[in-house]
Amino acid sequence: MNSVTELVNGFFEWFGNLGIFLWQVLRATATPPYEWRELIRQLDEVGAKSLPLVALAGAAVGVVISLEAHYSLSRFGAKSMFPVTLVYTVVQVMGPIITGLVVSGRVGAGIGAELASMKVTEQIDAIEASAINPYRLLGATRILACIVMLPLLTIAADACGLLTGWFAQALVEPLSFHQFITSGFKGATFNAFLPPTFKTAVYGLIIGLIACFQGMRTRGGAEGVGRAATNSVVLGSLFLILADVVLVKFILVVFP
Amino acid sequence: MSTAYEIATEQEEVKRDGSAPFVAVDNLRKSFGSRMVLNGITLSVGRGETLAVLGRSGTGKSVLLRLIIGLERPDSGSICIHGQEIAGLALDQMGDIRMKMGFLFQHAALYDSLTVAENVAFPLEHHRKEMSSSDRAGRVRELLAEVGLERDLDKMPSDISGGMQKRVGLARALALEPELLLLDEPTAGLDPISSGEIDDLILKLQRERQMASIVVTHDLHSARTIANRLALLDRGNVVIEGKYEDLDRSKIEFVKEFLKLS
Repeated sequence: MNSVTELVNGFFEWFGNLGIFLWQVLRATATPPYEWRELIRQLDEVGAKSLPLVALAGAAVGVVISLEAHYSLSRFGAKSMFPVTLVYTVVQVMGPIITGLVVSGRVGAGIGAELASMKVTEQIDAIEASAINPYRLLGATRILACIVMLPLLTIAADACGLLTGWFAQALVEPLSFHQFITSGFKGATFNAFLPPTFKTAVYGLIIGLIACFQGMRTRGGAEGVGRAATNSVVLGSLFLILADVVLVKFILVVFP
Repeated sequence: MSTAYEIATEQEEVKRDGSAPFVAVDNLRKSFGSRMVLNGITLSVGRGETLAVLGRSGTGKSVLLRLIIGLERPDSGSICIHGQEIAGLALDQMGDIRMKMGFLFQHAALYDSLTVAENVAFPLEHHRKEMSSSDRAGRVRELLAEVGLERDLDKMPSDISGGMQKRVGLARALALEPELLLLDEPTAGLDPISSGEIDDLILKLQRERQMASIVVTHDLHSARTIANRLALLDRGNVVIEGKYEDLDRSKIEFVKEFLKLS
């Protein structure tokens, strides 16, 4: 019974501390001085350096969807639906979530481990002792970089997925790229594509926030650093998928 | 007849005129969970004075420094820096007061992704934005020359020895020209020669800069060398405070044992 109580207390304590952390980051973000140089460094770290991985993942997903769609649609005699199936599956569903999960793995682990290592070696205390707000310098910059870069990386993943998906199909049956794009995007509206792409800004918030939170509250040497990196990826990915449930429903209601 | 405002202003001026202690800690308490670390500690340090805080491991010496610079919050009690009460200040209100302090961490706490020069430049980049990059580079060279590391500007912290790391940490702590220097175990883990060099460096800085300093140490020899006064802590409180001779003459059993074993 005691262990259940401890578990429940720990659960609420974790969320309480996460809320306090978010509030401190928001306050630090809203007040000057702004850490532009560190923000630009983080935009490069999160965005440019994740691009090859995200593009590769998007490309692989494009091929997988193409193969599956070709097989399934052929069985039901609906091969003409291939372009629209591929476009909608990649752009609305797989592109955003794959980008989120890849970034959570690469960036979440990186931020979690980096900040945890800084915490256990007192580097974060040294920043604070130098009268510099660590929530602004370390937290706000990384979280903002994740929020800004996730939608852009999603667009890159979508583009790679569509390109390789079309290519995989074109190897089996003749289909020009122009024909594929024209049919795939026929009758498409901004509402169909923009909200699923820009919902990844929320993924960015989740990935950055959880990784910074886990890193900056680490205790316990090398083991603590390892735990922070693991928790950043596991919790970041889990909350990202849970948030997707809410976001998909929200998008369906608000942007029908 | 003076008004309450005039009296308060006058008192504030008296506190700031240099005759009052630069740091005054009064009845300070701090516990972590059920463990009481500081149990009503009272200490003061004047301008140009160095206080060495001695004691066994886990008696709250480092916690005292962390409370003074605001890295921990006290449970109760008062911390006055230059006449300003800081015990209840929020993180964003601590900025100005922290700029008056320099902190040397026990393990130097250098930023491991930055070079030696970048570590020292770090506080200047954030707080002396009016400085041109060439002036800043010059100031960094000056500070590193002061600690004898002017040839190691481009080295990474992982490429230098523990003693050198502490010197870089000291140069970084001095970058904003603090009025109060807090040193956490400056000679811990160093060989006797490196310890002696760090002690000499601290003495030189005190002579040249007339800062108030609080040094937390286990090293009695180092404490005797660099401090004007010593305070011995046990179970979260000051057992005895005074010059080394006062400690040496003390009849308190704990003091006698501590000096005998040090």
